[in-house]
Amino acid sequence: MLAYIVRRLFYAIPILIGVNLLTFILFFVVNSPDDMAVSQLGHKYVTPEAVQAWKRKNGYDLPLFFNSQERGGDALTETIFFTKSVKLFAFDFGRSESGRDITTDVSTRMWPSLAVALPTFVVGIWVNICVALMVVMFHATRLDRWAVFVFVGLMSISSLFYIIGGQYLVAKTWKLVPISGFNGDIQPWKFLLLPVLVGVIGGIGSGARWYRTLFLEEANQDYVRTARAKGASELRILFRHILPNALIPILTGVVIVIPTLFMGGLLIESFFGIPGLGSYMLDAINSQDFAIVRSMVFLGSILYIVGLILTDISYTWADPRLRLN
Amino acid sequence: MKPLLLWSDVLIYLLVFSLCAFFLRLRRDPQIREYWRQVFSTRVGMVTMTIILVYVGIALLDSLHFRRALEPVAGSPHGEVFYGSKVSSVLDVMMDGMGERFEATYSAPFALDSFEKQDMKDDAGHTYRGFPPLEHAGHHLSNAEERWADVLAKSATALMWGVLFSVLLIGPQWFFLRRSPFPWSASWVTQGVVICLSVWLVSISRYYHVLGTDLGGADVAYQSIKGIRTGVLLGTLATLIMLPIAVSLGVMAGYFKGWVDDAVQYLYTTLSSIPGILLIAASVLLFQVYIDLHPDFFSVGLEKADARFLALCFILGVTSWSSLCRLIRAETLKISQLGYVQAAHAFGVSHQRILMRHILPNVTHIILITFVLDFSALVLAEAVLSYIGVGIDPNMASWGNMINGARSELSREPVVWWTLSGAFFFMFVLVLAANLFSDLVRDAFDPRSGAGRSAT
Repeated sequence: MLAYIVRRLFYAIPILIGVNLLTFILFFVVNSPDDMAVSQLGHKYVTPEAVQAWKRKNGYDLPLFFNSQERGGDALTETIFFTKSVKLFAFDFGRSESGRDITTDVSTRMWPSLAVALPTFVVGIWVNICVALMVVMFHATRLDRWAVFVFVGLMSISSLFYIIGGQYLVAKTWKLVPISGFNGDIQPWKFLLLPVLVGVIGGIGSGARWYRTLFLEEANQDYVRTARAKGASELRILFRHILPNALIPILTGVVIVIPTLFMGGLLIESFFGIPGLGSYMLDAINSQDFAIVRSMVFLGSILYIVGLILTDISYTWADPRLRLN
Repeated sequence: MKPLLLWSDVLIYLLVFSLCAFFLRLRRDPQIREYWRQVFSTRVGMVTMTIILVYVGIALLDSLHFRRALEPVAGSPHGEVFYGSKVSSVLDVMMDGMGERFEATYSAPFALDSFEKQDMKDDAGHTYRGFPPLEHAGHHLSNAEERWADVLAKSATALMWGVLFSVLLIGPQWFFLRRSPFPWSASWVTQGVVICLSVWLVSISRYYHVLGTDLGGADVAYQSIKGIRTGVLLGTLATLIMLPIAVSLGVMAGYFKGWVDDAVQYLYTTLSSIPGILLIAASVLLFQVYIDLHPDFFSVGLEKADARFLALCFILGVTSWSSLCRLIRAETLKISQLGYVQAAHAFGVSHQRILMRHILPNVTHIILITFVLDFSALVLAEAVLSYIGVGIDPNMASWGNMINGARSELSREPVVWWTLSGAFFFMFVLVLAANLFSDLVRDAFDPRSGAGRSAT
């Protein structure tokens, strides 16, 4: 098992190098640091001196790949590529363009993100499974057809609508919870309730529809027919035969998102004022802080790759037929 | 009048043309004809297809742009005509100047007065605070109490015209298609409803703002309808850009295997490991920097917006091909093991010919399903991207921009609900129609996915 994980980790290295090169090309070759400086300093009436000063302050005044003015190893390390891109591998994200340490920001903002995303994820799966089970119980009736129609309808509603509608209804009209904000010490659940609720409801449409298909796939298997022939009641078939078997594809399917829960949700966090990584990214995009965007791209792909590895492990764990090699 | 061709206009017409050609070509295959028969033999299929065609039709009408000639200035040399910088489309003409009736600021649906108080002078010249009457609403009324009776009367007249138009348009269809095995009546009902609604909307809009006005005083109903073009174009163009990349790479990876397969897999794993929204945001920001640094490339403001729009389509296309590529690779792997491909190899058929004749036709159903599914996802994504600030240019009408501009309106007192409702409603209808239609297409073309649906 350990050897397998180590091998998968080695597979991940070329992907991370690819991500790194791609972001480097996007951020430094497509648009030169001079372009960025001009756009950061306000578009018109920018003097070349101001551009140079900005570049020096943010460490962009080095050559891209090869510094011919330095000697030995420094010729490679004293470059933008090394200081801005290679150092990401050591989780050294450097400083944002407003001068804050990105690594510290990430490590403090991770927890509020997780506080919203983890309950949304867990409650969401549970609710979706319950709804899907209920629909499957009434399979091939009119209720089932209408339920599928409702799922598609729920999927067709913009996620912005869920958030704006939820804030309006629950927080403004009924005044049950604060509209937005976050406080880790005093009654944090009060601030988390609405974002989690909105996140769960917004996911029912696609989630429950997908789980319904998985349940029905299991319901067509031979062992279900055998159980029915032996006289097991429909409820027993559903809960003792179909549910445990359908849980395997459900769980292996959702494993991939677990690591990315740290990144939080862009929309939810910005609407509800939660100081997590999602709103961090959004602020960075709005203030065109490319240093933060670059670090988040790298962090996001690391988490995604961890998710891929976890998925592979969960497959082998769930299905003994798939041996580790 | 002088026609103005935007790049996106050219592309959308080319796209619709090539899609029609593609479908006509597909019709030759009896198997595929059978699948389509299955889709259209349901009422849902007919209704959703009609709605999608209405949206596409509106988008096409809205893509015929022109600039109006200005009134000749006295004393200017003969024969020289100047053109306004405002760009209109055929749809604007058909909507009878709905977009030109601006108010000062917010006003509620069917309101006669503005939504916000303002300093006004009465007849004696005293200043007081009150709601100023709207410029383009209810001027034909003698007093405000008549309003709802007037709306009802006008609606009744409009409805009669609507029914008349419906009969004129649906009558010939009925005459030619009454013996058709497809449930055309469902489509006719939808067409009738759409025709009546649009006649009603255009005729009532002369006297009232049906969905009110937004912060800048623009008619919300007009804005929502203008958003259709953006949504439809984005959904189709982005998919069109993504298809050739995904299909060619996927088919090659599945067919040639070996290092080609490794390279393609590496490419799409790398690309999909980057959080999509960040990649899109970063690319759009970089393009924005480029546009800002080269302002002299574009003569009209709309052309700049159009360039940004096309860039967004391009970016969405380039960043979203990985999932389709994965599907096509898997399918090709399966197909290339089949007997008839092996036989073709044995006969010495060239790779190119095998790919074109034996493999590509057998993955078209995946392409088709993805096309319809991605369409609705892209329409929804547009709203989110515009909210984040990396979407459509603010000068271009789009649902995302409407929602973005209205995000704090629900926290006002009294609530301004009509801008959000207008945008969400038009978006919801399109996405719902596309989603329901894609379900039908998938059930027909890919029997496995709908395993549970028809089984007992």
